[in-house]
Amino acid sequence: MAVETLGSSTRPKVAPWNDPVVRGWIFQIVVVGLVGLLAWFLVSNTLDNLARQKIASGYDYLHHEAGFQIGDTMIPYSPADTYARAILVGMLNTLKVSVLGIVLCTILGTLIGIGRLSPNWLLAKICEWYVECFRNVPLLLWLFLFYKIISESFPGPRQAISVLGTLFLSNRGLYFPVPVPNPIHAWMGLALLVGVAAAVAVKRWARKRQDATGLPFPAIRTGIALVIGLPLVVWLLGGAPHEMSWPVVKGFNFQGGSVIQPEFTALLFGLVVYTSAFVAEIVRSGILAINRGQGEAAAALGLSRGQSMRLVLLPQALRVIIPPMTSQYLSITKNSSLAIAIGYPDLVAAVNVTINQTGQAIENVLIIMAAYLTVSLGISAFMNWYNKRIALRER
Amino acid sequence: MTDALPAGERRQLPPPAAEGGAMGWLRKNLFSSWGNAVTTVVLLLLIFWLLSSFLDWAVVNAVWTAPTGQACRGHGACWALIHEKYRFIFFGTFPYQQQWRPLLAVMVMLAMLVSSADRRMWNTRLLWIWGIGSFLTFLLMFGQIHIPLGLILFAALAVGGLGMLLRGTVAQPPEIAGWRTLAAIGAVGIVLRLVGILPPWSLAIAPFDYVETSLWGGLPVTLILATYGLLFAFPYGVLLALGRRSDLPLIKGLCVGFIELIRGVPLISLLIMASVMLPLFLPSGMNIDKFLRALIAVILFAGAYIAEVIRGGLQALPKGQFEAADAMGLNYFQKTTLIILPQALRVVIPPLINTFIGFFKDTSLVLIIGIFDFLNAANQALVDPNWAGFPSEVYLFAAFVYFCFCFSMSRYSKYLEVELNKGTRR
Amino acid sequence: MAGTAWAGKDLDTVKARGQLVCGVMEGTAGFALANSQGKWEGLDVDVCRAVAAALFGDSEKVKYVPLSSQQRFTALQSGEVDMLSNNTTWTLTRDTALGLDFGAVTYYDGQGFLVNKKLGVKSAKELNGATVCVAPGTTTELNLADYFRANKMTFKPVVIEKVNEVRAAFFAGRCDVYTNDTSSLYATRAANPPPPLTPDDFVVLPEIISKEPLAPAFRHGDNQFGDIIRWSQYAMVEAEEDGITSKNVDEMLKSNNPTIKRLLGVTPGMGKALGVDEKWAYNIIKQVGNYGESFERNIGSGSPLKIKRGLNALWKDGGLQYAMPIR
Repeated sequence: MAVETLGSSTRPKVAPWNDPVVRGWIFQIVVVGLVGLLAWFLVSNTLDNLARQKIASGYDYLHHEAGFQIGDTMIPYSPADTYARAILVGMLNTLKVSVLGIVLCTILGTLIGIGRLSPNWLLAKICEWYVECFRNVPLLLWLFLFYKIISESFPGPRQAISVLGTLFLSNRGLYFPVPVPNPIHAWMGLALLVGVAAAVAVKRWARKRQDATGLPFPAIRTGIALVIGLPLVVWLLGGAPHEMSWPVVKGFNFQGGSVIQPEFTALLFGLVVYTSAFVAEIVRSGILAINRGQGEAAAALGLSRGQSMRLVLLPQALRVIIPPMTSQYLSITKNSSLAIAIGYPDLVAAVNVTINQTGQAIENVLIIMAAYLTVSLGISAFMNWYNKRIALRER
Repeated sequence: MTDALPAGERRQLPPPAAEGGAMGWLRKNLFSSWGNAVTTVVLLLLIFWLLSSFLDWAVVNAVWTAPTGQACRGHGACWALIHEKYRFIFFGTFPYQQQWRPLLAVMVMLAMLVSSADRRMWNTRLLWIWGIGSFLTFLLMFGQIHIPLGLILFAALAVGGLGMLLRGTVAQPPEIAGWRTLAAIGAVGIVLRLVGILPPWSLAIAPFDYVETSLWGGLPVTLILATYGLLFAFPYGVLLALGRRSDLPLIKGLCVGFIELIRGVPLISLLIMASVMLPLFLPSGMNIDKFLRALIAVILFAGAYIAEVIRGGLQALPKGQFEAADAMGLNYFQKTTLIILPQALRVVIPPLINTFIGFFKDTSLVLIIGIFDFLNAANQALVDPNWAGFPSEVYLFAAFVYFCFCFSMSRYSKYLEVELNKGTRR
Repeated sequence: MAGTAWAGKDLDTVKARGQLVCGVMEGTAGFALANSQGKWEGLDVDVCRAVAAALFGDSEKVKYVPLSSQQRFTALQSGEVDMLSNNTTWTLTRDTALGLDFGAVTYYDGQGFLVNKKLGVKSAKELNGATVCVAPGTTTELNLADYFRANKMTFKPVVIEKVNEVRAAFFAGRCDVYTNDTSSLYATRAANPPPPLTPDDFVVLPEIISKEPLAPAFRHGDNQFGDIIRWSQYAMVEAEEDGITSKNVDEMLKSNNPTIKRLLGVTPGMGKALGVDEKWAYNIIKQVGNYGESFERNIGSGSPLKIKRGLNALWKDGGLQYAMPIR
């Protein structure tokens, strides 16, 4: 060790093996080398085995005819289509159930979470037991149970329960009439977009005016009127085509109309009740985390319980709620892969059939992982952006 | 005031009739306003309706014992099915005559978990409990354990080395000499074993018949997968968390990449990988037991989640602790093991228990790759032609068992959170 | 490592282990199912037991590994199991590209349709627009789609990973039709449809849309091990042809029929040729029974499945089961 003179800014001379920087790099290189070795070992074994067992590799199979049918599709699909399209159909189904699940579990979870804080002892207790029951049992078990209940307690299509002659409930799902496609629908969609944009603009303007003058403006009612009204006006201008496609029993099943299938229902229901139990806890602890004074101040201002929840407590609780919510949203997306156990054709189910048919496990598992990673990162990015937007602005 | 009281005394008046007692409680908690009263009545009606129909099915019309499922037809719940199949649901295909062994193994594991819950045991005693308990558990499950000499020597080297690292600067000379001797014996022995001077001997402990993992099933499998999956994942989760917080860019990058990759994909994809692809990763002729494969998948998966929990604990530590340790001249290893981790881990015990609860439930996914965990054994019980057609009973029974486990653990985690924060709460 | 690395190794491995590791289905009544005591039973299980009886003289020296249709080939290729006896269809691709070999056909099967009699369907040609429950297999889904496409019909599949889930969905009326190999259809039909349905409410339609000869599979390379598997099966069929059962096998030892004497090892030679004990066939018949016994006990009249012998009757009775001469 060289003796350091006071005030000199040069670093003390040390032997290289005692220099923390050098050590750090050596350590890193060793670790990365070991990881690389392990990876090389696995990859070389895999290549050996693939060659030895004559298993094809590469993604050529994606362009081959799939040859299997899928029961629930959002886009047209037939067995004559390619594997790529079959996997896309599965991916869309995963997205559908995830998005709906996220929206519904947020609503239900928030209600239950607020219910747990209700002054009504009975309601609070029921909400508490709801949370405990659904949280402490595996999701897979709920899915099995709900699927069994849905598929075993509803009658067949010929004995379907009809609700007001428009909805038909049977073990084939819930059939409901839909309008026959008409060129006017595209224009109505456009009007809807315009309505939404206008509603957002009104809300902003009302906010500005209230900040400036203190006068409230019924922005929410105006917004709803715009969103519903504009498409309605377009529809009336287009001559109000009201031809409907009705579900009718023909042969084995209903023809016409549209359907929500039991597998989808059981999966969505299971995901929503299971995850909403966790969401309820997050919401409750978020509200409890706010300073008590806030609630008391809101009450002192004469706001009703609902108003103080909506205007004072929840907006502040959001800041505490968002980060753990993100992980719940991610887990609902990942848990949707349990669809395979009850026969909803999601991404994993479609890829699983593809593994069965092509024998190319590696490529297919990589597809699953890449797809879920993409969705997860997308959700994380969106939630982080939202979190930044509502973060407390320290003045 | 009517009659004056001596100074310093107050007359205790009873509360108004409508405030105290049972009536008061009812009024305050159930009928405080019109809306509240309506809610209460509606809820009571709903509960009554649900409970009465459920009890009709589950108790009044239930069949408790029957020779086959035929006798249950047209009645309520068929608990006779559980009566017939409970051993299969709990222990799967474990040899029927030997099922006292998994029963004992479950008891040992529960005893380990319960004794770990007692805070007075949080010291080296716990290591002994887990060491002996784990040995007993696997001895009961396998029936025979063969420990090769190489493994014993390796354990000696590892224990000695760890002792030297941890205690090398703080212990008394005789203790250090002891650790050194142990490590030296291990190291020399391994060299001799590799050269071939020492024979390939192994310590055989074989009190019972050997039962391989493919016959294991039911509750012990769920417990083993969750408990040991998390136990083995723990050190590796700690390493990942430390790596993610380190200043070394390559290490940090590796750890962040791994954690985010694992947390971004569903457990199913890892399980499918373990069951279908793992054989391809290994040299031909070498294969890993299916049960072990699932365990590896669970360990890989759990590690990433544990790492995130521990990272939370590391972030909660005041910076002063790190700086003080540096000022004491401790090296990175000593700083981490003696100062940082003990404090960080203490903070994360409740969230770790929650992670354990999550994995206890998530192990049910192994049924998708055909391992007989508790839920899968319950599922298989439904296949028997003589007893087909009563799914709800089996699922409710399984749900009840899962609930008992998870609920008690979550209550414990809540209690612990309060206990551990006693010192910091004012 | 070349494929030949396995050559000759399997039999030694199995013998050294003293136990046969056999891959079976994950619970199909009559073919492979663990009973309440956790003991495996079924026609496929009997094949494993027969091979163990031939190898070790003890039919209990088997370890059963339940495998899904996805895992089975990987498990065999990687050496996790010694042989597969899990309703594997013998096809050219599997016999060549997958590096497998097949024993004798244990069950001549074909994909068919199971429907509720209530629907009044007499033929698969009337299934246009039906909802079909299908267990994910390797070829079942493809055969199904092909058949409907060829007949210009549409259908909606319901595909569930676990076979017992598919069955439950079918009995609940979630689907009009259940398709699988007919053996499995009979197993399903027998698996007590929930009340008030009985097995008689269901019928297997006459159309068989594929050929599915089910045979045990083992790795390509060890011919001697393959011979033992193949001839263990033939011994069971031969025993039925000669009228030897597990009950009368001890009296049959005194028989003067040269064929029986050769089979039971009274006249030595066969066992030596195979590389197993001379009592190999005696042990199989004594402990497992002949093919007919195994069939009736597991899937025939003595079981809830009530499958008729049909194609699987002996060749003398117009079926396809035909043992190569043991001489």
